[in-house]
Amino acid sequence: MTLTYTFGLDTFGDRESRADGTPLSHAQTIRNVVEEGVFAEQAGVDFFGIGEHHTDYFPMPAGDVALAAIAARTEKIRLGSAVTVLSSDDPVRVFQRYSTLDAVSGGRAEVILGRGSSIESFPLFGYDLADYEELFEEKAALFAELLKGGPVTWEGKTRAALLSQDVVPHLESGPFPAWIGVGGNPQSVIRAARLGFSLALAIIGGPPTRFAAYSELFRRALEKFGQPPRPVLVHSPGHVAATDEQAKAEFWPAWREVIALVAEERGFAIPTEASFDTEAGPDGALYVGSPETVASKIAANVRALGATRFDLKYGLPGLTHDQLMTAIGLYGQQVVPRVRELLG
Amino acid sequence: MQNESRLAVLGAGHVGPVIARLAIGAGYPVAIATSGDPEDIALITELVIPGAEPRWASDAVADADIVVLAIPLHRFTDVDPALLAGTVVVDAMNYWPASDGVLTAFENGASDGSGSSEIVAGRLAGSAVVKALNHIGYHELEDRARPAGAPDRRASGLAGDDPAAVAAVAELTDRIGYDPVRLGGLPAGRVLQPGGPVFGQVLTVPEFERAVHQDARSLS
Repeated sequence: MTLTYTFGLDTFGDRESRADGTPLSHAQTIRNVVEEGVFAEQAGVDFFGIGEHHTDYFPMPAGDVALAAIAARTEKIRLGSAVTVLSSDDPVRVFQRYSTLDAVSGGRAEVILGRGSSIESFPLFGYDLADYEELFEEKAALFAELLKGGPVTWEGKTRAALLSQDVVPHLESGPFPAWIGVGGNPQSVIRAARLGFSLALAIIGGPPTRFAAYSELFRRALEKFGQPPRPVLVHSPGHVAATDEQAKAEFWPAWREVIALVAEERGFAIPTEASFDTEAGPDGALYVGSPETVASKIAANVRALGATRFDLKYGLPGLTHDQLMTAIGLYGQQVVPRVRELLG
Repeated sequence: MQNESRLAVLGAGHVGPVIARLAIGAGYPVAIATSGDPEDIALITELVIPGAEPRWASDAVADADIVVLAIPLHRFTDVDPALLAGTVVVDAMNYWPASDGVLTAFENGASDGSGSSEIVAGRLAGSAVVKALNHIGYHELEDRARPAGAPDRRASGLAGDDPAAVAAVAELTDRIGYDPVRLGGLPAGRVLQPGGPVFGQVLTVPEFERAVHQDARSLS
């Protein structure tokens, strides 16, 4: 059986710097992200995703607006969220924004729904993190209903009820791809299967192969719930440069800095160079290196995890637009073709 | 000597399955339970925690010598203290408002200096609570486990007021792959919390002890 693989790039709108290290404005970073999305298509990348964040170092709360700008300048590349923090949003609004993107782009929209590691939106929009599970469950179920098209009747605790509500704009060519992002909770895998979403595994630390059981769990859960087979996506951070040394020299200081920034909030240990080298090595979760290094690792993990889609979360706060454009070019023009070759 | 202790792991999210797998690997009979029907976690158990038995929480606890609480702390108030009376309880939970929201009881406790496990123990008056297995991230706990005597074996701290319970949990810690570091009574476990000197850290025993001693909190 020949599987069709797709390869994407994701960004959180990581705030970029000039070559001398001074940060660019939020606005310039956003304009650069649009250029990067347009270039991703030229480089041959299949998907470009923007994750929702609300911080000074990830100033990207409305990625769908940037995606629409990319849509207007591209023809083929699929465009979506990575992720949309659904629990602190209104599923009707999310559906409307992405069905509008689907219209603008001629049917190229996708969404990944989840929490990501982004929690800033909860206080910002007046939600309580303790309610996260309930909010997500209910809102994801409503989103699944909205995706089916047609009038929606729904009642719950997290938003106003809907009675045979026609939600516009109507989808032109059926439901767009919708994934639920999971970071390692097996009950979230079951939920994705039960609600009829595809599975996006966010793997940002430790050996990726430990997630193989989750792919199998997803397949078995789909069967149990009478759902058709659905794809598995792997999302992991990384950086591609001409050589392993150069990729590490660019990425590692920025990685240390951003993890130190979020360490307290998320309970991460501040990485050491040794721990970084392990993560960037063959058994770790980071894809940092030359095109050949990154391609071998993607191919091995895509195969081990039974995935058909891989998204590299490129960039970090503090990298330059030029470094990111180079990484995008290498990813699309060298890494992706090499992974396809390795996967046969 | 193989211990006959039986484990009940409450929670099948990020943390519970990891501790359950490690305990199964160490030879413990393990039951796993959530707040609901064991049928709901049958598939998870089969594929992600092979060897564990999915059960109703009350049945799992009734047959257990050690109960591991691996649920989000904001769900802790849903647990009936009577269910856990008379058992050794491992509190592997963390109070982490940035991630899980602000919880009044734990916020108030924190303001008078109490650790989260002391507040948990206050609600579980009939149980012997040991704070343990909370400070190494669930994504690292399995990868960093090593057999006794391995040169790269790391430390895992624990604290509790009941010596027999502490001994049982120290043995569990040791058998799943970490050098147990007994810190003292439950208040001494505050150093294991988020923001403390060893939270999120995977350290050798000397590194662990140095980090704890350097922390001002350990003087209180």
